[in-house]
Amino acid sequence: MSPLTYIFGWPILMALVLMAVPRENRSVFRWGAILATLGSLVLALFVFAKFEPINDLTSINHGYAFVQTAEWIPSLGISFHVGVDGVSMLLVLMAALVAFAAACCAGGIKAREKEFSILLLLMTGGILGAFMALDIFLMYFLHELALIPTFIMIGVWGRGENREFAAYKTTLYLSLGALLALVGLIMIYLHYETFNLPEIIHRVQSTQPDLMTTGQQGLIFALLMFGLGILVGLWPFHTWAPLAYGAAPTATAMMHAGVIKKFGLFMIIRVALPILPDGAQQWLPVLAWLCLGNLLYCGLVAMRQRDLNGLIGNSSVAHMGFVFLGIASMTLIGLTGAVMVMVAHGLLAALAFALSGHLHQQARTLDMDKLGGLLTVMPFWGTLLLMALLAGCGLPGFANFAGEITVFFGAWKTMPLITGIAAWAALVIGAVYMLRAARQLLHGPRADDAPHTEDIPGWHKLPFIILLGALLLFGFAPKLLTNKIETARESLEHVVEMYKRK
Amino acid sequence: MNLSLISLEIGVALLGVLVLLAGLWTPPHRRSALGFCTALGLTVLLALLVKQGMAIETLTDSSGGFVRDGLAVFFKALFLLAGILVTLLTMGFANRLRTGGAEVYALNCFALCGMLFAASANSFVMLFVAIELITITFYVLTSLQSHRLRSLEAGIKYLILGAAASAVMVFGIALIYGSAHTLQFNLIADGLAAGHMKQLLLFQLGALLLLAGLAFKIAAVPFQIWAPDVYQGAPAPVTAFLAIGSKAAGFVLLLRVLYTAFQVQPDGPRLLEPTAMFSVMAAATIIFGSLCALRQRNLKRLLGYASIASAGYVLLGIVALNERGAAAVLVYLAGYLFAVIAAFTVISILTPEDEDEDLSILANLHKRSPLMALTLTLAVASLAGIPPLAGFLGKFLLLRAVIEPAATFPWLVAVALLGVVASLYYYFGIIREIFWGTGQWWTEKAPETAAIKLADSQVVVLVVCVLGMLAVGLYPQPILEIANAAVQGLGL
Repeated sequence: MSPLTYIFGWPILMALVLMAVPRENRSVFRWGAILATLGSLVLALFVFAKFEPINDLTSINHGYAFVQTAEWIPSLGISFHVGVDGVSMLLVLMAALVAFAAACCAGGIKAREKEFSILLLLMTGGILGAFMALDIFLMYFLHELALIPTFIMIGVWGRGENREFAAYKTTLYLSLGALLALVGLIMIYLHYETFNLPEIIHRVQSTQPDLMTTGQQGLIFALLMFGLGILVGLWPFHTWAPLAYGAAPTATAMMHAGVIKKFGLFMIIRVALPILPDGAQQWLPVLAWLCLGNLLYCGLVAMRQRDLNGLIGNSSVAHMGFVFLGIASMTLIGLTGAVMVMVAHGLLAALAFALSGHLHQQARTLDMDKLGGLLTVMPFWGTLLLMALLAGCGLPGFANFAGEITVFFGAWKTMPLITGIAAWAALVIGAVYMLRAARQLLHGPRADDAPHTEDIPGWHKLPFIILLGALLLFGFAPKLLTNKIETARESLEHVVEMYKRK
Repeated sequence: MNLSLISLEIGVALLGVLVLLAGLWTPPHRRSALGFCTALGLTVLLALLVKQGMAIETLTDSSGGFVRDGLAVFFKALFLLAGILVTLLTMGFANRLRTGGAEVYALNCFALCGMLFAASANSFVMLFVAIELITITFYVLTSLQSHRLRSLEAGIKYLILGAAASAVMVFGIALIYGSAHTLQFNLIADGLAAGHMKQLLLFQLGALLLLAGLAFKIAAVPFQIWAPDVYQGAPAPVTAFLAIGSKAAGFVLLLRVLYTAFQVQPDGPRLLEPTAMFSVMAAATIIFGSLCALRQRNLKRLLGYASIASAGYVLLGIVALNERGAAAVLVYLAGYLFAVIAAFTVISILTPEDEDEDLSILANLHKRSPLMALTLTLAVASLAGIPPLAGFLGKFLLLRAVIEPAATFPWLVAVALLGVVASLYYYFGIIREIFWGTGQWWTEKAPETAAIKLADSQVVVLVVCVLGMLAVGLYPQPILEIANAAVQGLGL
């Protein structure tokens, strides 16, 4: 058995075990979730350290390590097939880090811990598996495991008057996006008669490429781009995301904004770009302009927010613009940058939502007008928030900077105009709202009626330190990321070449 | 006639008669033993069927009106399983029926017998007799809660509309006989292939009327009008049986009539424009069911509309007019069986006597009975087509079947997608009510919190349904193989 199977199997297994535990044993559920995600994290670190790509061109597992295959539904050409290359391994590691942090931050849940832990673990296991699946059906199947947990978590443990609306809106958007993508995937499947991703890519990239017609590719690419785009929050289909993150409990917001949202991007890079080069040619220019919608429009919306969660939510949607820009640039550097931003943003979004979750738990409000001077009462929390906000504006030293600058380098070559606007938007708009939030929350006088707040106690600091530490580590040593992505270079180059061959 | 060929049907009918007789000498407090015996008897019959049925060979009686092939065995197993689960479900419900107690089990057996004949029907006589056996039994079953006005109303509605549909169907069969001079499916197919059908127009009219009768059985638009009322009014176990048994019987007959008798094929002789007809019907059915279910608060009525929408999805598999589509229909129905029976089991347990099945009865269910909360959540998730449950596989296969000749109906795929998204709204409304519903918010009444004690038979049904949904969803290889083998005999 490949260690990958355990990485996503642990949480699901633990969820099943916890189902049998009586609901009175409250602490069991909390610790069960932490233990299971810790197990996944340790294994993910092990895989990260041991990873060595198999660069044997003749092998069908070309470029993938820790491959495991098993028969699942042979009559439909579907198999259980997992493995990682440089790109997906980084996402698995990031997802495991965030999942562990989210499980640690779930302490705010004081009612119905049993259900919460089970749902969180199901969601975690599903998304971890989705990143390492090499069978398109399995990928989709595992990602969808998060749909019902998201709905129930927002509805039951969510915040605010709006949570019910948020729960429905999120579910409907997510399922519409997933269904559009499913139609596209079925059309790919009907042509290649298999869901085996390496095999399909092998056939596409061979000397006599087995490609679909240009018209088909255009249709499928559009289905995948918009379907998966809805999942990611591509402008103008992004409105569900800030709403959902604002209403979701802390751990759910961390998982969703940090990890699950990356799945759509991952699938575009993994499935749509390699298999549909002609479709990409038709639609990537459109994507390039839409990504400006994310960067500019959502940035401006974030500027107007008076609520910390609204600000983080909108800025997290805005940051997706960088990834879309990196994908649309269709250069090796741009794609590398896109993957780096995905990892960095996952950690950052999780950190930001964990911090806002702590504030909400303490102050029962996130209205920035009612809060102020928090740095004096909560020095640890305040310092972390300041660093998170600075990372969000792209300050050098954080992983986000490394990723964003790489995206800009890559995109500058192919589309200077859009890159120029994007860089302006990112630097100016991002800095305005992030710094304003820092001023409003952390500095200035404390209002007389400000709610009593306490800093993060004892070991509860751990998840925050882990997330920030990873951000700084990858920021100061981006080579850790690029080295791994480098191992997938050949396949990425293939993708870029296929795209440019006309 | 070779009696061993219909031994299964004879067995089920005999079981029904025996239960009816035994009911005469059974004291009222021992009546639930009758249900247990019925379920046991049906289980034995199912085991016998599975034992001999796996060696699939086509057997026909001398007149060719009764056929026992892979398709028939598949559906017979499906119907028997449904019959067992419904009988167990009825055991927990029987005290609310206020009638003798034995006849409900006997009637279930008779309806089941009709379904078993429907699975094997290979001539229009057999088809009509099977359908009438099912429908007439259901007239009685629907109004079995005779102290409830709604139950009686549903029975009358079903009787009038069902009788009209039967009349239309008989007229269609008469026209077909008039032009083809035979009622046996294979002979009709031969006649069509040889091209010596005299009055083709007459034949087509007959076929159209016959299909209208079948569309009534599966509750497809525009013959759906009875479904919501009957689903709502009938006792919950009867509704469950109606939703899966009667519908599946309609589909197996539709498959046989279309493919064996009329030999419709995408490239075959143009008879009735089946592709256009069924794609419009499927789209209209999906839209009607989904839109009506959106604002529905009565659980049984909601599931009634949802079942109309489901019939629309199943029709997608028929629109495709290929083997994959037919196999998808079979797999979808197998998953549908567990989901529907699970949902109606929970409803039958929860509904207070003499009250409506309003959504608010689900409030606090997560606390009152975690098993039921889990089962109903999985059931509606399966109906909504969410992995890892059986419904997802069914929808995936149906979508695949209809996307395959994609160029012809992108609009149909779009309608199906919108229908699925709409269905998530109403299905997730049920999940919402289970996990954070506040009960009757329009009154001051606080929702019930007392834990619910389940009878053993109910636990068995719930567990079997959950395992069934998960098994079909997670490891569908066996059912796919069976379904693929079963549709071989259709002549596609």
